[in-house]
Amino acid sequence: MPIQYYLFLSLALFCIGIAGTLMRRNAIIIFMCIELMLNAVNLLLVAFSKMHNDAAAQIFVFFSMVVAAAEVAVGLAIIVMMYRKVHSVDINILNRLKH
Amino acid sequence: MSIYEVLFWFLTAMAIGCALGVILSRNPINSVLFLIATFFAVSGHYLLMNAQFLAIVNIIVYAGAIMVLFLFVIMLMNLNADTEPQKNRLVQFAGIISGGVLFLVVLAALSSSTRGFVEETSTDIGLIKNLGKTLFTQYVLPFEISSVLFLSAMIGAVVIGRKE
Repeated sequence: MPIQYYLFLSLALFCIGIAGTLMRRNAIIIFMCIELMLNAVNLLLVAFSKMHNDAAAQIFVFFSMVVAAAEVAVGLAIIVMMYRKVHSVDINILNRLKH
Repeated sequence: MSIYEVLFWFLTAMAIGCALGVILSRNPINSVLFLIATFFAVSGHYLLMNAQFLAIVNIIVYAGAIMVLFLFVIMLMNLNADTEPQKNRLVQFAGIISGGVLFLVVLAALSSSTRGFVEETSTDIGLIKNLGKTLFTQYVLPFEISSVLFLSAMIGAVVIGRKE
């Protein structure tokens, strides 16, 4: 497979994640779109690792999964906290910084 | 068309279709299930590239741990209703347009520049033995530091999530 195919696949996944982040209002779905973007980048890193025959990129993917797991734990705790305060996960309610 | 190419195109279509399902479905539970299917498709791509360790870790960590956490939060907060308020049409349209424009721009920039080939012949850099050797010799310090990161994330999640 040419590397272009993997480039275009991960680019498509990344842009789907961006479009979802911009068009949804549910905080949990926005968070899942961020996970989708992280996974697109991971896929591209593995493809380049295979192309250059270098194991360092796969270690890098491993570390990015580690950081993603830590990020999800803290982010979901923040979302649960926000739900307790305002009884909604609608991000349009959280606009107090605008005023 | 070899079996490799058939699998590649099948997994690609599955990944993109399920990713579209994540952002288009109304019910958050359906979004989570679509995202799990996307992660399985990405793991299939890892297997095709003979990165077996990352394929297994992707399934265990992402599909197993992270998405179960998402499902727990959605079900605990009882969000599985289809009553999510929608952004107005203009904002949704702007989101789709900006995502699509980014796709087109990077597509045009990359389509002629990068040359390379991901061979189907199996190399063994993705096996656990080689990755473990690299991880525990060259990258042992980041590995240890990531345990500190996990500890701080764990404490942070507990502190943020506790009741006042």
